[in-house]
Amino acid sequence: MVSYRSSLSRARGLGSAKHGVGHWLSERLTSIALIPLTLWALWSGLVLARAGYAGAVAWLAGPVNAVLLVLLLAVGFLHMHAGLRVVVEDYFHTKLNKGALLLLNLFVCVLGAALAIFSVLKVAFGAGI
Amino acid sequence: MGQIRADAQGPEAQKRAGPRGPEARPMSPHLSVWRWHLTMFCSILNRATGIALYGGLLILAAWAVALASGPDAYALVMGLLGSLLGKLVLLGLTFSLLFHLAGGIRHLVWDAGYGYAPKTADMSGAAAVAFAVVGTLAVWALAWMTGAL
Repeated sequence: MVSYRSSLSRARGLGSAKHGVGHWLSERLTSIALIPLTLWALWSGLVLARAGYAGAVAWLAGPVNAVLLVLLLAVGFLHMHAGLRVVVEDYFHTKLNKGALLLLNLFVCVLGAALAIFSVLKVAFGAGI
Repeated sequence: MGQIRADAQGPEAQKRAGPRGPEARPMSPHLSVWRWHLTMFCSILNRATGIALYGGLLILAAWAVALASGPDAYALVMGLLGSLLGKLVLLGLTFSLLFHLAGGIRHLVWDAGYGYAPKTADMSGAAAVAFAVVGTLAVWALAWMTGAL
């Protein structure tokens, strides 16, 4: 993710671990991006619910739909990884549970995002037009 | 003093809790020590809907994988989503999405430094709940009218 810290802030080096602000910023930036993306997804869900297989493939053949869906998946998985990470850190206090759950969260998010984005691109590139 | 979390009893937790023992310090989440109020309810609901949407995005990923796997896999996933249980899950996810959206906007406004007065926070919380309920009904009415149901 692009760094939105100012040079002055970086140079001063304030803050405990020096990278907490990155997590905070990425949560906010992904939130803002997800406002239009999820509203578009809600509308698209209504369209796709009655489209059938051929209709869904044709829908993904359009570059705007394919790109917005890839962005929704990428930003969505980033946001949900950051969000569940905080939940785990808040409620699990033994080292082993916490570590295992944080790792599981990361792996589920990376695997889910990779599978979904690859699938979308496969259909989008394969559909032609 | 209310209930303390079950996992706050170990030796490590006792060490963390200081000289007065684990009873002295309520650990998050403080569901049992505070009187319920609207802003607290919205905060918990925002987190709960976020966790629900975790499942929702995994369902979207499964949908994409099924579409890329061919008509049979796609028919299977769409059949599951179109069943009564599937529709209930999607109804819950619609509400979760809209509430988490409104809750997220409240958080962004707070991050900008506005909306902290108790009355304002109560009002924005009530607005978020109303937006999610009305929005869910509107989306499902639209789905019914367009034949998506």
